[in-house]
Amino acid sequence: MNRDMLPQLPKSLVYLDHAATSLKPQAVIDRVARYMGTENGSPNRGAHYLSVVSTELYQRSKQTVKTFLNAPKEWEVVYTKNATEALNLVAHGLPQTLVGEEDEIVVAISSHHSNILPWQRLAKSRKSHLRYLYVGQDGSICASELDKITSKTAVVTWPYIANALGNVSPVNLLTEKAKAVGAITVVDGAQAVGHLPIDLMKLNADLFVFSAHKVYAPTGIGVLMGDKSILDQLEPLVLGGDMISFVSEQEAQYAPVPQRLEAGTQNVAAAVGLMQALEWLSEIGMEHIAAYENALTSTLYQALASRPDIDVYGPHGMEPRGSIVSFNVVGVHPHDVASILDTQGVAIRAGHHCCQPLMNAMGVGATCRASIGIYNDESDIEALLNALDKVQEVFSNA
Amino acid sequence: MLNQMYSELILSHNKSSPHKGIMDEPDAVERGHNPNCGDDLTLMVKIEEGRIINAKFTGIGCAISTAATSIMIDLIKGQTLESAKVLVDLYLQLIKGEQLSHSDQRLLKDAMAFSGIKDMPARVKCATLGWHCLRVILE
Repeated sequence: MNRDMLPQLPKSLVYLDHAATSLKPQAVIDRVARYMGTENGSPNRGAHYLSVVSTELYQRSKQTVKTFLNAPKEWEVVYTKNATEALNLVAHGLPQTLVGEEDEIVVAISSHHSNILPWQRLAKSRKSHLRYLYVGQDGSICASELDKITSKTAVVTWPYIANALGNVSPVNLLTEKAKAVGAITVVDGAQAVGHLPIDLMKLNADLFVFSAHKVYAPTGIGVLMGDKSILDQLEPLVLGGDMISFVSEQEAQYAPVPQRLEAGTQNVAAAVGLMQALEWLSEIGMEHIAAYENALTSTLYQALASRPDIDVYGPHGMEPRGSIVSFNVVGVHPHDVASILDTQGVAIRAGHHCCQPLMNAMGVGATCRASIGIYNDESDIEALLNALDKVQEVFSNA
Repeated sequence: MLNQMYSELILSHNKSSPHKGIMDEPDAVERGHNPNCGDDLTLMVKIEEGRIINAKFTGIGCAISTAATSIMIDLIKGQTLESAKVLVDLYLQLIKGEQLSHSDQRLLKDAMAFSGIKDMPARVKCATLGWHCLRVILE
Protein backbone atom coordinates (compact mmCIF):
# COMPACT_ATOMS: atom_id res chain seq x y z
CA MET A 1 0.00 0.00 0.00
CA ASN A 2 1.08 3.57 -0.57
CA ARG A 3 2.14 4.46 2.97
CA ASP A 4 2.86 8.09 2.06
CA MET A 5 -0.87 8.65 1.62
CA LEU A 6 -1.68 6.83 4.86
CA PRO A 7 1.19 7.53 7.27
CA GLN A 8 -0.77 6.57 10.39
CA LEU A 9 -1.78 3.12 9.16
CA PRO A 10 -0.02 0.09 10.73
CA LYS A 11 2.64 -1.12 8.28
CA SER A 12 1.34 -4.66 8.43
CA LEU A 13 -2.22 -3.92 7.25
CA VAL A 14 -3.23 -4.81 3.71
CA TYR A 15 -6.57 -3.13 3.01
CA LEU A 16 -8.61 -4.52 0.12
CA ASP A 17 -12.04 -3.40 1.32
CA HIS A 18 -12.27 0.02 -0.29
CA ALA A 19 -15.74 -0.74 -1.68
CA ALA A 20 -17.08 -0.95 1.91
CA THR A 21 -15.36 2.23 3.00
CA SER A 22 -12.19 3.99 1.90
CA LEU A 23 -9.23 4.71 4.13
CA LYS A 24 -8.65 8.41 4.74
CA PRO A 25 -5.60 10.19 3.32
CA GLN A 26 -3.67 12.44 5.70
CA ALA A 27 -4.66 15.50 3.64
CA VAL A 28 -8.33 14.89 4.51
CA ILE A 29 -7.66 14.14 8.18
CA ASP A 30 -5.63 17.36 8.50
CA ARG A 31 -8.28 19.47 6.76
CA VAL A 32 -11.10 18.20 9.00
CA ALA A 33 -8.95 18.81 12.09
CA ARG A 34 -8.26 22.39 10.92
CA TYR A 35 -11.98 23.01 10.43
CA MET A 36 -12.83 21.64 13.85
CA GLY A 37 -10.01 23.56 15.51
CA THR A 38 -10.40 26.96 13.90
CA GLU A 39 -13.42 27.26 11.62
CA ASN A 40 -16.26 25.42 13.35
CA GLY A 41 -19.51 27.36 13.49
CA SER A 42 -23.22 26.88 12.91
CA PRO A 43 -23.88 27.31 9.19
CA ASN A 44 -26.70 29.39 7.65
CA ARG A 45 -27.20 31.54 10.75
CA GLY A 46 -24.46 33.99 9.94
CA ALA A 47 -24.43 36.78 12.51
CA HIS A 48 -20.81 36.17 13.51
CA TYR A 49 -17.48 35.29 11.97
CA LEU A 50 -17.39 31.51 12.60
CA SER A 51 -20.93 31.09 11.37
CA VAL A 52 -20.06 32.94 8.17
CA VAL A 53 -16.91 30.86 7.66
CA SER A 54 -18.73 27.55 8.12
CA THR A 55 -21.55 28.65 5.80
CA GLU A 56 -19.01 29.59 3.15
CA LEU A 57 -17.14 26.30 3.47
CA TYR A 58 -20.39 24.34 3.30
CA GLN A 59 -21.36 26.12 0.06
CA ARG A 60 -17.86 25.72 -1.41
CA SER A 61 -17.98 22.01 -0.65
CA LYS A 62 -21.16 21.68 -2.74
CA GLN A 63 -19.65 23.70 -5.56
CA THR A 64 -16.62 21.39 -5.49
CA VAL A 65 -18.92 18.36 -5.83
CA LYS A 66 -20.62 19.93 -8.86
CA THR A 67 -17.34 20.83 -10.53
CA PHE A 68 -15.78 17.44 -9.77
CA LEU A 69 -18.64 15.59 -11.48
CA ASN A 70 -19.27 18.21 -14.17
CA ALA A 71 -22.89 18.67 -13.09
CA PRO A 72 -25.22 20.88 -15.14
CA LYS A 73 -25.46 24.45 -13.84
CA GLU A 74 -29.12 24.16 -12.86
CA TRP A 75 -28.44 21.14 -10.64
CA GLU A 76 -28.61 21.41 -6.87
CA VAL A 77 -26.62 19.45 -4.30
CA VAL A 78 -28.37 18.18 -1.17
CA TYR A 79 -26.26 16.75 1.62
CA THR A 80 -27.60 13.65 3.40
CA LYS A 81 -26.11 11.19 5.87
CA ASN A 82 -24.95 8.83 3.11
CA ALA A 83 -26.09 7.38 -0.23
CA THR A 84 -28.61 5.19 1.61
CA GLU A 85 -30.34 8.23 3.08
CA ALA A 86 -30.21 9.98 -0.28
CA LEU A 87 -32.01 7.06 -1.96
CA ASN A 88 -34.55 6.91 0.88
CA LEU A 89 -35.15 10.63 0.51
CA VAL A 90 -35.87 10.20 -3.21
CA ALA A 91 -38.16 7.17 -2.86
CA HIS A 92 -39.96 8.70 0.12
CA GLY A 93 -40.22 12.11 -1.46
CA LEU A 94 -41.47 11.49 -5.00
CA PRO A 95 -45.09 12.67 -5.10
CA GLN A 96 -48.12 10.68 -6.25
CA THR A 97 -48.16 12.73 -9.45
CA LEU A 98 -44.79 11.24 -10.43
CA VAL A 99 -45.20 7.68 -9.07
CA GLY A 100 -48.84 6.62 -8.87
CA GLU A 101 -51.10 3.59 -8.90
CA GLU A 102 -50.18 0.97 -11.54
CA ASP A 103 -47.01 2.88 -12.42
CA GLU A 104 -43.85 0.79 -12.66
CA ILE A 105 -40.58 1.27 -10.85
CA VAL A 106 -37.75 -0.47 -12.71
CA VAL A 107 -34.75 -1.43 -10.56
CA ALA A 108 -31.59 -3.27 -11.63
CA ILE A 109 -31.37 -6.53 -9.65
CA SER A 110 -27.69 -5.71 -9.08
CA SER A 111 -28.74 -2.80 -6.87
CA HIS A 112 -27.67 -2.50 -3.24
CA HIS A 113 -30.43 -3.11 -0.66
CA SER A 114 -30.43 0.66 -0.07
CA ASN A 115 -31.74 1.09 -3.61
CA ILE A 116 -34.30 -1.73 -3.31
CA LEU A 117 -36.00 -1.46 0.07
CA PRO A 118 -37.13 2.19 -0.27
CA TRP A 119 -38.72 1.34 -3.66
CA GLN A 120 -40.40 -1.76 -2.21
CA ARG A 121 -42.07 0.44 0.40
CA LEU A 122 -43.05 3.08 -2.14
CA ALA A 123 -44.52 0.45 -4.49
CA LYS A 124 -46.60 -1.00 -1.65
CA SER A 125 -47.93 2.34 -0.45
CA ARG A 126 -48.76 3.64 -3.96
CA LYS A 127 -50.01 0.32 -5.36
CA SER A 128 -47.38 0.66 -8.05
CA HIS A 129 -45.24 -2.25 -9.29
CA LEU A 130 -41.59 -3.07 -8.81
CA ARG A 131 -39.93 -4.58 -11.91
CA TYR A 132 -36.36 -5.86 -11.98
CA LEU A 133 -33.76 -5.72 -14.71
CA TYR A 134 -32.13 -9.16 -14.44
CA VAL A 135 -28.50 -9.94 -15.14
CA GLY A 136 -26.75 -12.76 -16.98
CA GLN A 137 -24.20 -15.18 -15.52
CA ASP A 138 -21.51 -12.49 -15.85
CA GLY A 139 -23.56 -10.07 -13.74
CA SER A 140 -24.29 -7.63 -16.57
CA ILE A 141 -27.80 -6.41 -17.33
CA CYS A 142 -29.22 -8.43 -20.24
CA ALA A 143 -30.02 -6.28 -23.28
CA SER A 144 -33.50 -7.81 -23.59
CA GLU A 145 -34.31 -6.64 -20.03
CA LEU A 146 -34.36 -3.04 -21.24
CA ASP A 147 -37.70 -3.83 -22.86
CA LYS A 148 -39.16 -3.62 -19.35
CA ILE A 149 -38.77 0.15 -19.60
CA THR A 150 -42.13 1.14 -21.12
CA SER A 151 -44.69 3.93 -21.08
CA LYS A 152 -45.85 2.60 -17.67
CA THR A 153 -42.38 3.20 -16.18
CA ALA A 154 -42.19 6.07 -13.69
CA VAL A 155 -38.67 5.51 -12.34
CA VAL A 156 -35.60 3.63 -13.58
CA THR A 157 -32.71 3.14 -11.16
CA TRP A 158 -29.43 1.23 -11.23
CA PRO A 159 -25.90 1.26 -9.82
CA TYR A 160 -23.27 2.92 -12.03
CA ILE A 161 -20.95 0.17 -10.79
CA ALA A 162 -22.51 -2.82 -9.00
CA ASN A 163 -21.04 -3.28 -5.55
CA ALA A 164 -21.26 -7.09 -5.29
CA LEU A 165 -19.73 -8.17 -8.60
CA GLY A 166 -18.18 -5.00 -10.03
CA ASN A 167 -20.13 -4.76 -13.30
CA VAL A 168 -20.24 -1.33 -14.94
CA SER A 169 -23.79 -0.55 -16.08
CA PRO A 170 -24.55 0.61 -19.63
CA VAL A 171 -25.45 4.00 -18.15
CA ASN A 172 -26.08 5.96 -21.32
CA LEU A 173 -28.20 3.19 -22.81
CA LEU A 174 -30.34 3.17 -19.67
CA THR A 175 -30.80 6.94 -19.47
CA GLU A 176 -31.61 7.10 -23.18
CA LYS A 177 -34.23 4.36 -22.92
CA ALA A 178 -35.75 5.88 -19.75
CA LYS A 179 -35.83 9.41 -21.18
CA ALA A 180 -37.59 8.12 -24.27
CA VAL A 181 -40.54 7.02 -22.09
CA GLY A 182 -40.40 10.03 -19.77
CA ALA A 183 -39.24 8.09 -16.68
CA ILE A 184 -37.17 9.63 -13.90
CA THR A 185 -33.64 8.19 -13.76
CA VAL A 186 -31.83 7.68 -10.46
CA VAL A 187 -28.19 6.58 -10.62
CA ASP A 188 -26.42 5.11 -7.58
CA GLY A 189 -22.86 6.31 -8.02
CA ALA A 190 -21.52 4.96 -4.70
CA GLN A 191 -19.00 2.59 -6.31
CA ALA A 192 -18.10 4.87 -9.20
CA VAL A 193 -17.21 8.28 -7.76
CA GLY A 194 -13.48 8.46 -7.06
CA HIS A 195 -12.70 5.53 -9.37
CA LEU A 196 -13.32 6.95 -12.82
CA PRO A 197 -13.98 10.35 -14.36
CA ILE A 198 -17.72 11.08 -14.21
CA ASP A 199 -19.38 13.62 -16.44
CA LEU A 200 -22.95 14.20 -15.27
CA MET A 201 -23.67 16.38 -18.33
CA LYS A 202 -22.99 13.38 -20.57
CA LEU A 203 -24.66 10.90 -18.20
CA ASN A 204 -27.93 12.82 -18.64
CA ALA A 205 -29.65 11.27 -15.60
CA ASP A 206 -32.12 13.17 -13.39
CA LEU A 207 -30.75 12.28 -9.96
CA PHE A 208 -27.35 11.02 -8.82
CA VAL A 209 -26.28 9.84 -5.36
CA PHE A 210 -23.05 8.77 -3.64
CA SER A 211 -21.48 8.39 -0.19
CA ALA A 212 -18.51 10.53 0.81
CA HIS A 213 -16.94 7.84 2.99
CA LYS A 214 -16.25 5.69 -0.08
CA VAL A 215 -14.46 8.64 -1.69
CA TYR A 216 -11.65 9.14 0.88
CA ALA A 217 -13.84 11.51 2.94
CA PRO A 218 -15.36 11.11 6.43
CA THR A 219 -18.45 9.03 7.23
CA GLY A 220 -21.70 10.84 7.95
CA ILE A 221 -22.17 12.71 4.69
CA GLY A 222 -23.74 11.64 1.43
CA VAL A 223 -24.86 13.42 -1.70
CA LEU A 224 -28.15 13.67 -3.52
CA MET A 225 -27.80 15.87 -6.56
CA GLY A 226 -30.00 16.49 -9.50
CA ASP A 227 -32.28 18.50 -11.58
CA LYS A 228 -33.79 21.25 -9.42
CA SER A 229 -37.24 20.80 -10.98
CA ILE A 230 -37.40 17.26 -9.57
CA LEU A 231 -35.73 18.02 -6.23
CA ASP A 232 -38.30 20.82 -5.77
CA GLN A 233 -41.08 18.23 -5.84
CA LEU A 234 -39.59 15.93 -3.19
CA GLU A 235 -41.40 15.79 0.15
CA PRO A 236 -38.76 16.26 2.88
CA LEU A 237 -37.83 13.18 4.93
CA VAL A 238 -36.96 15.22 8.03
CA LEU A 239 -38.60 18.43 9.24
CA GLY A 240 -37.24 21.02 11.63
CA GLY A 241 -34.88 23.93 11.87
CA ASP A 242 -33.11 25.50 8.92
CA MET A 243 -35.53 24.12 6.32
CA ILE A 244 -38.41 26.60 6.67
CA SER A 245 -39.47 30.00 5.36
CA PHE A 246 -42.31 30.67 7.84
CA VAL A 247 -43.80 28.69 10.70
CA SER A 248 -47.13 29.41 12.40
CA GLU A 249 -48.98 27.38 15.03
CA GLN A 250 -50.71 25.07 12.55
CA GLU A 251 -48.79 25.48 9.32
CA ALA A 252 -45.28 25.79 7.93
CA GLN A 253 -43.90 26.90 4.63
CA TYR A 254 -40.71 25.15 3.61
CA ALA A 255 -37.61 26.88 2.30
CA PRO A 256 -36.57 26.28 -1.31
CA VAL A 257 -34.26 23.39 -2.29
CA PRO A 258 -31.67 22.54 -1.04
CA GLN A 259 -32.52 23.85 2.46
CA ARG A 260 -35.98 22.23 2.48
CA LEU A 261 -34.30 18.81 2.29
CA GLU A 262 -31.62 19.57 4.90
CA ALA A 263 -33.32 20.00 8.28
CA GLY A 264 -31.18 20.64 11.33
CA THR A 265 -27.56 21.70 11.73
CA GLN A 266 -25.56 20.06 8.96
CA ASN A 267 -22.33 18.07 9.13
CA VAL A 268 -20.01 20.84 7.98
CA ALA A 269 -16.85 19.07 9.16
CA ALA A 270 -17.62 16.14 6.87
CA ALA A 271 -18.60 18.50 4.04
CA VAL A 272 -15.17 20.15 4.39
CA GLY A 273 -13.58 16.68 4.43
CA LEU A 274 -15.43 15.78 1.23
CA MET A 275 -14.30 19.00 -0.44
CA GLN A 276 -10.69 18.25 0.49
CA ALA A 277 -10.97 14.64 -0.69
CA LEU A 278 -12.30 15.71 -4.10
CA GLU A 279 -9.58 18.36 -4.45
CA TRP A 280 -7.01 15.72 -3.50
CA LEU A 281 -8.40 13.37 -6.18
CA SER A 282 -8.37 16.16 -8.77
CA GLU A 283 -4.71 16.85 -8.01
CA ILE A 284 -3.84 13.21 -8.64
CA GLY A 285 -6.10 13.26 -11.69
CA MET A 286 -9.16 11.07 -12.27
CA GLU A 287 -7.87 9.81 -15.64
CA HIS A 288 -4.69 8.65 -13.96
CA ILE A 289 -6.62 7.05 -11.07
CA ALA A 290 -8.92 5.18 -13.45
CA ALA A 291 -6.01 3.84 -15.50
CA TYR A 292 -4.01 2.89 -12.40
CA GLU A 293 -6.90 1.09 -10.71
CA ASN A 294 -7.91 -0.63 -13.93
CA ALA A 295 -4.41 -2.06 -14.38
CA LEU A 296 -4.21 -3.14 -10.74
CA THR A 297 -7.68 -4.70 -10.79
CA SER A 298 -6.72 -6.54 -13.96
CA THR A 299 -3.66 -7.97 -12.18
CA LEU A 300 -5.87 -8.97 -9.24
CA TYR A 301 -8.43 -10.58 -11.55
CA GLN A 302 -5.79 -12.50 -13.53
CA ALA A 303 -4.11 -13.72 -10.35
CA LEU A 304 -7.37 -15.03 -8.88
CA ALA A 305 -8.84 -16.38 -12.12
CA SER A 306 -5.69 -18.37 -12.87
CA ARG A 307 -5.92 -20.34 -9.60
CA PRO A 308 -7.76 -23.64 -9.85
CA ASP A 309 -8.88 -23.35 -6.21
CA ILE A 310 -10.76 -20.11 -6.83
CA ASP A 311 -14.02 -19.26 -8.62
CA VAL A 312 -14.28 -15.66 -9.83
CA TYR A 313 -17.67 -13.97 -10.39
CA GLY A 314 -18.83 -10.97 -12.38
CA PRO A 315 -17.56 -9.70 -15.73
CA HIS A 316 -15.30 -11.96 -17.79
CA GLY A 317 -11.92 -10.33 -17.53
CA MET A 318 -11.98 -6.55 -17.37
CA GLU A 319 -14.73 -5.79 -19.86
CA PRO A 320 -15.96 -3.56 -18.23
CA ARG A 321 -15.25 -3.89 -14.50
CA GLY A 322 -14.97 -1.50 -11.55
CA SER A 323 -12.18 -1.84 -8.97
CA ILE A 324 -13.84 -4.93 -7.51
CA VAL A 325 -13.24 -8.70 -7.82
CA SER A 326 -15.72 -11.09 -6.21
CA PHE A 327 -14.59 -14.68 -5.69
CA ASN A 328 -14.85 -17.84 -3.64
CA VAL A 329 -12.26 -20.35 -2.48
CA VAL A 330 -13.74 -23.65 -3.68
CA GLY A 331 -15.18 -25.59 -0.76
CA VAL A 332 -14.56 -22.89 1.87
CA HIS A 333 -17.25 -20.50 3.09
CA PRO A 334 -16.37 -16.83 2.44
CA HIS A 335 -16.69 -15.92 6.11
CA ASP A 336 -14.00 -18.48 6.96
CA VAL A 337 -11.81 -17.13 4.16
CA ALA A 338 -12.20 -13.54 5.42
CA SER A 339 -11.43 -14.58 9.00
CA ILE A 340 -8.25 -16.41 8.01
CA LEU A 341 -7.15 -13.53 5.74
CA ASP A 342 -7.69 -11.18 8.68
CA THR A 343 -5.27 -13.19 10.81
CA GLN A 344 -2.76 -12.66 7.97
CA GLY A 345 -3.37 -8.89 8.05
CA VAL A 346 -5.44 -8.82 4.85
CA ALA A 347 -8.84 -7.08 5.00
CA ILE A 348 -11.54 -8.10 2.51
CA ARG A 349 -15.34 -8.26 2.66
CA ALA A 350 -17.30 -11.51 2.85
CA GLY A 351 -21.04 -12.00 2.56
CA HIS A 352 -23.89 -11.10 0.25
CA HIS A 353 -22.76 -7.45 0.06
CA CYS A 354 -26.29 -6.17 0.76
CA CYS A 355 -27.40 -7.69 -2.55
CA GLN A 356 -29.56 -10.66 -1.56
CA PRO A 357 -31.95 -10.43 -4.55
CA LEU A 358 -28.93 -10.47 -6.92
CA MET A 359 -27.20 -13.34 -5.11
CA ASN A 360 -30.43 -15.36 -5.08
CA ALA A 361 -31.00 -14.71 -8.78
CA MET A 362 -27.47 -15.91 -9.52
CA GLY A 363 -27.65 -18.87 -7.15
CA VAL A 364 -24.63 -17.76 -5.12
CA GLY A 365 -24.99 -17.68 -1.33
CA ALA A 366 -22.13 -15.38 -0.51
CA THR A 367 -18.76 -14.35 -1.90
CA CYS A 368 -15.45 -12.84 -0.89
CA ARG A 369 -14.85 -9.40 -2.34
CA ALA A 370 -11.48 -7.72 -2.79
CA SER A 371 -11.72 -4.07 -3.79
CA ILE A 372 -9.16 -1.45 -4.64
CA GLY A 373 -8.46 2.21 -4.05
CA ILE A 374 -5.70 4.53 -5.26
CA TYR A 375 -3.54 3.63 -2.23
CA ASN A 376 -3.32 -0.06 -3.16
CA ASP A 377 -0.44 -1.53 -5.14
CA GLU A 378 0.84 -4.89 -6.39
CA SER A 379 2.28 -5.81 -2.99
CA ASP A 380 -1.30 -5.99 -1.66
CA ILE A 381 -2.26 -8.52 -4.33
CA GLU A 382 0.81 -10.58 -3.49
CA ALA A 383 -0.16 -10.47 0.19
CA LEU A 384 -3.71 -11.57 -0.67
CA LEU A 385 -2.43 -14.53 -2.69
CA ASN A 386 -0.10 -15.61 0.14
CA ALA A 387 -2.94 -15.32 2.63
CA LEU A 388 -5.16 -17.44 0.34
CA ASP A 389 -2.47 -20.14 0.50
CA LYS A 390 -2.90 -20.00 4.28
CA VAL A 391 -6.65 -20.65 3.82
CA GLN A 392 -5.80 -23.79 1.87
CA GLU A 393 -3.28 -24.82 4.51
CA VAL A 394 -5.85 -24.51 7.31
CA PHE A 395 -8.58 -26.35 5.45
CA SER A 396 -6.29 -29.08 4.15
CA ASN A 397 -6.03 -30.25 7.78
CA ALA A 398 -9.63 -31.44 7.58
CA MET B 1 -5.49 -18.41 17.23
CA LEU B 2 -6.08 -19.82 13.76
CA ASN B 3 -5.29 -23.36 14.92
CA GLN B 4 -7.69 -23.04 17.81
CA MET B 5 -10.48 -21.65 15.64
CA TYR B 6 -10.01 -24.20 12.88
CA SER B 7 -9.14 -27.21 15.03
CA GLU B 8 -9.30 -30.73 13.65
CA LEU B 9 -12.56 -31.31 15.52
CA ILE B 10 -14.23 -28.23 14.02
CA LEU B 11 -12.94 -28.93 10.52
CA SER B 12 -14.12 -32.54 10.59
CA HIS B 13 -17.64 -31.56 11.74
CA ASN B 14 -17.70 -28.94 8.97
CA LYS B 15 -16.53 -31.38 6.32
CA SER B 16 -18.91 -34.20 7.13
CA SER B 17 -21.38 -33.70 9.91
CA PRO B 18 -23.27 -36.83 10.97
CA HIS B 19 -26.26 -34.61 11.73
CA LYS B 20 -26.69 -32.85 8.41
CA GLY B 21 -29.83 -33.75 6.51
CA ILE B 22 -33.61 -33.56 6.36
CA MET B 23 -35.78 -34.98 9.14
CA ASP B 24 -39.20 -36.47 8.45
CA GLU B 25 -41.97 -34.93 10.51
CA PRO B 26 -39.95 -32.95 13.04
CA ASP B 27 -41.74 -31.66 16.16
CA ALA B 28 -40.03 -28.28 15.94
CA VAL B 29 -38.24 -26.39 13.16
CA GLU B 30 -36.30 -23.15 13.51
CA ARG B 31 -34.44 -21.30 10.78
CA GLY B 32 -31.46 -19.18 11.76
CA HIS B 33 -30.03 -16.55 9.46
CA ASN B 34 -26.94 -14.42 9.80
CA PRO B 35 -27.60 -11.63 7.30
CA ASN B 36 -24.06 -10.29 7.49
CA CYS B 37 -22.32 -13.27 6.01
CA GLY B 38 -25.19 -15.25 4.54
CA ASP B 39 -25.21 -18.20 6.95
CA ASP B 40 -28.64 -19.81 6.74
CA LEU B 41 -29.22 -22.96 8.81
CA THR B 42 -32.41 -24.75 9.80
CA LEU B 43 -32.57 -26.88 12.94
CA MET B 44 -35.11 -29.71 13.18
CA VAL B 45 -35.85 -31.46 16.45
CA LYS B 46 -37.87 -34.53 17.43
CA ILE B 47 -39.18 -34.53 21.00
CA GLU B 48 -40.75 -37.44 22.93
CA GLU B 49 -41.88 -37.34 26.55
CA GLY B 50 -39.89 -34.20 27.33
CA ARG B 51 -36.69 -35.50 25.75
CA ILE B 52 -34.87 -34.57 22.52
CA ILE B 53 -34.65 -37.91 20.80
CA ASN B 54 -33.23 -36.65 17.50
CA ALA B 55 -32.01 -33.46 15.84
CA LYS B 56 -30.80 -32.58 12.34
CA PHE B 57 -29.84 -29.46 10.44
CA THR B 58 -29.75 -28.30 6.82
CA GLY B 59 -28.59 -25.17 5.05
CA ILE B 60 -25.45 -23.31 4.12
CA GLY B 61 -23.04 -21.89 6.63
CA CYS B 62 -19.39 -21.20 7.31
CA ALA B 63 -17.19 -23.80 9.04
CA ILE B 64 -17.77 -22.23 12.45
CA SER B 65 -21.58 -22.13 12.28
CA THR B 66 -21.79 -25.58 10.69
CA ALA B 67 -19.46 -27.24 13.19
CA ALA B 68 -21.01 -25.43 16.17
CA THR B 69 -24.47 -26.67 15.17
CA SER B 70 -23.23 -30.21 14.56
CA ILE B 71 -21.41 -30.39 17.88
CA MET B 72 -24.48 -28.94 19.61
CA ILE B 73 -26.60 -31.78 18.24
CA ASP B 74 -24.05 -34.32 19.52
CA LEU B 75 -24.52 -32.77 22.92
CA ILE B 76 -28.29 -32.41 23.12
CA LYS B 77 -29.42 -35.71 21.64
CA GLY B 78 -31.02 -37.75 24.40
CA GLN B 79 -31.15 -34.82 26.83
CA THR B 80 -34.32 -33.68 28.58
CA LEU B 81 -35.62 -30.26 27.56
CA GLU B 82 -34.55 -28.90 30.95
CA SER B 83 -30.95 -30.07 30.64
CA ALA B 84 -30.83 -28.83 27.04
CA LYS B 85 -31.85 -25.39 28.33
CA VAL B 86 -29.02 -25.53 30.86
CA LEU B 87 -26.58 -26.38 28.06
CA VAL B 88 -27.79 -23.46 25.93
CA ASP B 89 -27.26 -21.08 28.84
CA LEU B 90 -23.82 -22.47 29.59
CA TYR B 91 -22.73 -22.29 25.95
CA LEU B 92 -23.90 -18.70 25.53
CA GLN B 93 -22.04 -17.80 28.74
CA LEU B 94 -18.91 -19.45 27.34
CA ILE B 95 -19.11 -17.44 24.10
CA LYS B 96 -19.67 -14.22 26.08
CA GLY B 97 -16.37 -14.95 27.83
CA GLU B 98 -17.82 -15.72 31.25
CA GLN B 99 -15.78 -18.03 33.47
CA LEU B 100 -17.34 -21.52 33.72
CA SER B 101 -16.72 -23.96 36.57
CA HIS B 102 -14.88 -27.19 35.77
CA SER B 103 -18.05 -29.23 36.12
CA ASP B 104 -19.89 -26.88 33.73
CA GLN B 105 -17.02 -27.11 31.26
CA ARG B 106 -17.31 -30.91 31.40
CA LEU B 107 -21.03 -30.65 30.58
CA LEU B 108 -20.24 -28.75 27.37
CA LYS B 109 -17.81 -31.49 26.21
CA ASP B 110 -16.72 -30.87 22.57
CA ALA B 111 -18.52 -27.51 22.49
CA MET B 112 -15.62 -26.22 24.63
CA ALA B 113 -13.73 -26.13 21.31
CA PHE B 114 -15.45 -22.77 20.74
CA SER B 115 -14.10 -21.15 23.92
CA GLY B 116 -11.70 -19.04 21.82
CA ILE B 117 -14.60 -17.34 19.99
CA LYS B 118 -14.96 -14.90 22.89
CA ASP B 119 -11.85 -13.16 21.49
CA MET B 120 -13.23 -13.01 17.94
CA PRO B 121 -16.27 -10.74 17.97
CA ALA B 122 -16.71 -11.14 14.20
CA ARG B 123 -17.42 -14.87 14.64
CA VAL B 124 -19.72 -14.82 17.68
CA LYS B 125 -22.83 -14.87 15.49
CA CYS B 126 -21.49 -17.88 13.59
CA ALA B 127 -20.73 -19.86 16.74
CA THR B 128 -24.17 -19.19 18.24
CA LEU B 129 -26.45 -19.44 15.18
CA GLY B 130 -27.56 -23.05 15.74
CA TRP B 131 -27.69 -22.56 19.50
CA HIS B 132 -30.04 -19.61 19.14
CA CYS B 133 -32.32 -21.79 16.98
CA LEU B 134 -32.37 -24.35 19.79
CA ARG B 135 -33.02 -21.65 22.38
CA VAL B 136 -36.06 -20.45 20.42
CA ILE B 137 -37.38 -24.02 20.13
CA LEU B 138 -36.94 -24.65 23.86
CA GLU B 139 -38.67 -21.40 24.76
